[in-house]
Amino acid sequence: MIAMLCSYPRCLDHSKSFGSHCYRNYFTVLGLFCVYFLHTIFASSQYFSLLVPIRSYSSSVPLTAETYADKVQRNQAYKKLDEGDLAYFQSILEPNQIISNNEDDLAFYNEDWMRKYRGQSKLLLKPKTTEQVSEILKYCNSNKLAVVPQGGNTGLVGGSIPVFDEIILSLSSLNKIRSFDNVSGIFKCDAGVILETADQYLAEQGYIFPLDLGAKGSCHVGGVVATNAGGLRLIRYGSLHGTVLGLEVVLADGTIVNSLDSLRKDNTGYDLKQLFIGSEGSLGVITGVSILCPARPQAVNVAVLAVDSYESVQKVFNDARKELSEILSAFEFMDETSQILVSKYLKLDHPIESDSYPFYILIETSGSNKEHDDEKLETFLGNAMENGIVLDGIIAQDETQLRSLWNWRENIPEASQMQGGVYKYDVSIPLKDLYGLVEAANEKLEAAGLVDFEDISKPVVKAVGYGHIGDGNLHLNVAVRKYSKEVEKVLEPFVYEWIQSKKGSISAEHGLGFQKKNYIQYSKSPVEIALIKDIKHHYDPNGILNPYKYV
Amino acid sequence: MSTSKLRILVPVKRVIDFAIKPRINKTQTGVETKGVKFSINPFCDIALEESIRIREGNKDLVEKIHAVSIGPTKAQDVLRVALAKGADTSTLIDVGEEEVEPLSVAKLLQKVVEKENSNLIILGKQAIDDDSNQTGQMLAGLLNWPQATNASKVEIDGDNVTVTREVDGGSDTLRAKLPLVITTDLRLNDPRYASLPNVMKAKKKPLEKLSASDLGIEITKRLETLKVEEPPVRQAGVKVESVDELISKLKDLKAI
Repeated sequence: MIAMLCSYPRCLDHSKSFGSHCYRNYFTVLGLFCVYFLHTIFASSQYFSLLVPIRSYSSSVPLTAETYADKVQRNQAYKKLDEGDLAYFQSILEPNQIISNNEDDLAFYNEDWMRKYRGQSKLLLKPKTTEQVSEILKYCNSNKLAVVPQGGNTGLVGGSIPVFDEIILSLSSLNKIRSFDNVSGIFKCDAGVILETADQYLAEQGYIFPLDLGAKGSCHVGGVVATNAGGLRLIRYGSLHGTVLGLEVVLADGTIVNSLDSLRKDNTGYDLKQLFIGSEGSLGVITGVSILCPARPQAVNVAVLAVDSYESVQKVFNDARKELSEILSAFEFMDETSQILVSKYLKLDHPIESDSYPFYILIETSGSNKEHDDEKLETFLGNAMENGIVLDGIIAQDETQLRSLWNWRENIPEASQMQGGVYKYDVSIPLKDLYGLVEAANEKLEAAGLVDFEDISKPVVKAVGYGHIGDGNLHLNVAVRKYSKEVEKVLEPFVYEWIQSKKGSISAEHGLGFQKKNYIQYSKSPVEIALIKDIKHHYDPNGILNPYKYV
Repeated sequence: MSTSKLRILVPVKRVIDFAIKPRINKTQTGVETKGVKFSINPFCDIALEESIRIREGNKDLVEKIHAVSIGPTKAQDVLRVALAKGADTSTLIDVGEEEVEPLSVAKLLQKVVEKENSNLIILGKQAIDDDSNQTGQMLAGLLNWPQATNASKVEIDGDNVTVTREVDGGSDTLRAKLPLVITTDLRLNDPRYASLPNVMKAKKKPLEKLSASDLGIEITKRLETLKVEEPPVRQAGVKVESVDELISKLKDLKAI
């Protein structure tokens, strides 16, 4: 007998119900907004490969320049794009690397996925090589043309969206994997490689990208480095400031800085690459990344637990760190309302069926030995149940369940905005005060008479909180039915002042971008801000890189 | 015998996880199993879920749910899952790493049916590793019981069991009396998660270990696998710049 390898999904596919979650979610979202960041939901879903980003463009998103006219005006020092500029770009790029004067085609790049910011760029360039990036910047710098570098456009603070007519420099065509050394685990790739593509490539070699986040199916490796994204596994693998070994960067004047090192240790003076990690495209354009990747864990477990208070969340975290120690790879908390919203969004019942609980915790362990990990996790969970901290819980028994459980955490951003929009605050606060911000925000909104979970005449649905307890990182999402100045005035600067009073940071991982450009003083001292401005001025004297944003 | 209590037998198989892409081993004799995640076969999971729902939906009707797995020692993991989800007792028939063909599986199961005095067998229509889709049918034959395959709905009323089956272009509704063999299709239900308290309780539930010879069955192979290979790789498409180019390409390919 000659047996052909059965591709496993086949026997499941003809009858669609096994994948019904996928189909159902996909269409819900399609109706709401773009397909573009859908990957966030089903990171590995095979169904996506067939999808093309189709967005119909009768955009209702107001122009950033109009919404924030009181905050920001176009800097007339920047040149306005003319035919001569276009002709130059046409001389150095292929026709399919340029989109100009086509509002529909440009709309996708002019707008963020939250439908909050919309720019008016007339030109999109898609360089395929670092040299092309260099030529473009050199020209823009000498002609004072403002530029917005853009990756996967999954940002949350409007950092990758033009404010006025800046040229969009998309790195999406600079997307080759350069090399991988399977002894050292050092991976090098172009900036425009999609995070999930990089991770899948590494998975085949038995390695893992040391960063994971909800938007992995769309976001670029260069983008996550430029914004110093934190993500779901920071607790395990640390921040990009540690894992990135080298960068290739093009400066504003076109100079190519190549420090794409493969060295773990290099103690020869200033560590320049660190400046670009988290610079949000304001100092240079990252074109290549060299990063140290750990071996991929062989055994992964996921459990979701229910607890009665934020205090219990902290207790469970303390115990988890002690008892699970080296295998703990994620510790996420989610409040009750966030789960109610996800339940509505996915049109599914919550997997913990016994009751609705004030807080939920998602724990992930990753290790090399399943028996060892299972035993550790079960002992830990058994103890937590016995001493009454954990009220109920579930453990994923297979890969499908494991991914489904993650969905209840990863879909909160989409679920929070499905009724119209969401104000997002991503903040670091000392653990004991972390959830206090969500309560304070809800009190404040209630006092202003703006919030009601059911009543659709109120602008705000509710403020929900979730995040990475392991990193002291809270995501405060204020789910709204529409964006309004009224709500914004209640929230800002209140939220920032509250964070400052607790000695927190106003941006834990999303960056400052456009949203928080005027609030940097809540987290940085005047001396620090002056230093930042010095550096910016030194590397980009004409200020052509990502203007109107945080510096 | 008007309202007999149900003694349900649920066979569960340990297979490479549905969500993992299988790879062929270097010798091309099968699929690489080292360092690969194994889970309960999805169809078996549905069978288990159905038996638990029968118990939940019909108070006092179910006397017990017994799970059985035939496989290596590690197959006890899937039995623990079955126990955590709601099976009462379980049996592992340890056959080592050897692959067991459907007929031998059916013969082993027949012995377990006799041992457990089961009167309803709910099992997956097929396992996703070998896609045989034979065990349920062979077992019904050996026992000389009625069978309802590819079930998408199961209703129990006294000794009468009504099963809706998925067939091409519609559904087919059958009724039979106990004892009965039912094989499950995908639309039957959505399996649950194992709750933490139940995972803990499952550790104390019985897991009996037997070998094939304990049941008086000798496992024989009738088939030999000569070669396992990947399906042919799909060729990449080409982009064309214009309609004219498209037409000329199509002509080159003799498509028009």
